[in-house]
Amino acid sequence: MAENVEIIKGTSLWGDAWKRLLKNKLAVFGLVVLALMVIAVTAGPYIIRWATGFTADYIPSNVDEGDLVRSFPPSTLHPMGTDDSGRDLLARVLQGGRISLMVGIISTFVSLIVGVSYGAIAGYMGGRIDNLMMRIVDIIYAIPYILIVIVLLSVFGGPNTLVLIGALPVMITIFISLIILAVILYTANKAVFGQLDEKVNIYLLTLLKLIFAVLSIALVVAAIWANLQLNEAVLAGFGDWLGEKYSANVNQGISQILLLFFALGLVSWLTMARVVRGQVLSLKNQEFVLAAKATGVSSFGIIFRHLVPNALGPVIVYATLTVPSVMLTEAFLSFLGLGVQAPYASWGSLASEGIKNISIFPWQMIFPGVTMALTLFSLNFLGDGLRDALDPQTRKF
Amino acid sequence: MLSFILRRLLIIVPMAILVVTVTWGLIRLAPGNFYTDEKKLPPAIEENIKKKYGLDQPVYKQYLLMLGNVTCRTKSADEVTANGLQFSVAGADFKCFDFGDSLKYVGDSVNTIIFRHLPYSATMGILAYILALGIGLTAGIVAALKQNSAWDYGSMALAMLGLSVPNFVLGPILVLVFSLGLYILPPARWGGVANIILPVITLSAIYAAYIARLTRAGMLEVMRSDYIRTARAKGLSETVVLLKHGLRGGIIPVVSFTGPALASLLAGTVVVERVFAIPGLGNIFIQAVLNRDEPLILGIVAFLSILIMIFNLVVDISYGFLDPRIRYE
Repeated sequence: MAENVEIIKGTSLWGDAWKRLLKNKLAVFGLVVLALMVIAVTAGPYIIRWATGFTADYIPSNVDEGDLVRSFPPSTLHPMGTDDSGRDLLARVLQGGRISLMVGIISTFVSLIVGVSYGAIAGYMGGRIDNLMMRIVDIIYAIPYILIVIVLLSVFGGPNTLVLIGALPVMITIFISLIILAVILYTANKAVFGQLDEKVNIYLLTLLKLIFAVLSIALVVAAIWANLQLNEAVLAGFGDWLGEKYSANVNQGISQILLLFFALGLVSWLTMARVVRGQVLSLKNQEFVLAAKATGVSSFGIIFRHLVPNALGPVIVYATLTVPSVMLTEAFLSFLGLGVQAPYASWGSLASEGIKNISIFPWQMIFPGVTMALTLFSLNFLGDGLRDALDPQTRKF
Repeated sequence: MLSFILRRLLIIVPMAILVVTVTWGLIRLAPGNFYTDEKKLPPAIEENIKKKYGLDQPVYKQYLLMLGNVTCRTKSADEVTANGLQFSVAGADFKCFDFGDSLKYVGDSVNTIIFRHLPYSATMGILAYILALGIGLTAGIVAALKQNSAWDYGSMALAMLGLSVPNFVLGPILVLVFSLGLYILPPARWGGVANIILPVITLSAIYAAYIARLTRAGMLEVMRSDYIRTARAKGLSETVVLLKHGLRGGIIPVVSFTGPALASLLAGTVVVERVFAIPGLGNIFIQAVLNRDEPLILGIVAFLSILIMIFNLVVDISYGFLDPRIRYE
């Protein structure tokens, strides 16, 4: 009898999700296209260089035969044709894909870190802190951030990034001192008003709280001011040194790209924070959190060891859908000439260059544009598929 | 309800001030000036420019003056302006929303520029959103009602395409086909109705796609809910069930999408204006930023922020009419 017993192998949550994902043909299509795109973008430029000798920057000489037209239609030598200067467009599209995908992934990563921490803390703390933190998100949501991003990119683009780099030390010290101040004020508030609540007249209490609030604001302003003084005395030298070091090693194109990561990451964390908060709210009253609390795990530990991993499904889904939207914003900014700049190129900036010649050399615009559309298409399908696989409850039937 | 509206209206003021302050701070923090050029100015002329634009005053005074320009401040005796709101209280003359003069468009006040170029962008934006609503709602409802049919898959695939093709790719392709290939529509510029067709289609594609997806999901969820079963059990006709009960609940996600859509419609119009050479506010804004035309930048930022925040408020209020379960505290 014992020989007939079959051992049933349990499937994990992730194994289950993977199976469901593989059943979804469109998601598999997206996954395959994306994998091919990543391989093409990483290995492609080397292969082209090895096979034909063209790179993204190589301008061949003596190809115009005297009539000054250097842009050739697609041929076996140049599968996507060449651009205005005669550079191989395939090499440029692959090189640009590196930047576009990098911007998408790194900015999403930035938004992931900010959004997950913010949402998890708000959801776990609950009550007044949650209310305040979510109100801030609501308010930022209503701002036409694209206007501010445009201003940020254009005034701090190019050599002006040095100013931001130079201000980095003082920004960090301000941030740290404000966090310390917030913790101190929070504990002081609890210590003072926690015991007063029932003993004192309500009007007097309100007055005291008001005074405390004004005092807190004054302390915050004082902390910022002290930091600025400190900056003038000590940190400015450090900031200048940092800027010098930076400008010696890095060219302008790179600093524009770094600025893009920062700007795009900063504006795309809002929805992530909302998603994570919702998840945490529904998780935090479950038994395993109570068990963790009972065994003396700290709030920090509960949030990042217990709550965040359990909320991972929707986070992954949303992150997959953030990548295409960030890439679209990057392309839009590059199209306006504010994003990725020469000598670097992205799909957005290539398409923007191609648009000028659309009626004579349409391939200059169509190839980068279609490559980008195909990538976004796959990312969106993959995101949809992942949502169905990882999050069957919110499945869109 | 009234207190909710009042509270939200009051929040708009500090928000707009915050947005303007951040923008101003960014412009001021960056090195350089609107008058610095390749050619260096003689110091005497630079002094005069600084005096004329109040740049010789301490920073906090400049900030307050800027803030007064974009909100309200008292009018000094020698100022002649008819822009914005003008009124006098207790003998003092006040003016509001007079954003000052542009630094680069000589002789034009910011208010004039905004209201000269806003109509182009606004027309395009509104028409595009209406078109997107029409296409998106129809496609979404059809897809939800005929779930898993060819209609469903077809419209959802199209919606996915709309989400993935950037508008600066779609626009030129449309121009290539309809203007340079078939010669039926003008490729660019503002003129008659024919000129506006391609830009509006380009602009609306991504919103139509979003709305179709949201409507489909919302309708599918609502059509399975208990109150729809009740409505059917009461013996209502399928049309009434669908339009009066189903649609009202099903389009709530679409309504909440309107807020973010309006903010991103701004970005969309900038691209479409560039592609189709339309003299809208988006292009003016980009030009102003590149020129560092401070009053114009701040004026446009303040104007659009307030406009969008008011629209968002209207959207939030309209929830209550669509879904009686939502209450305002």
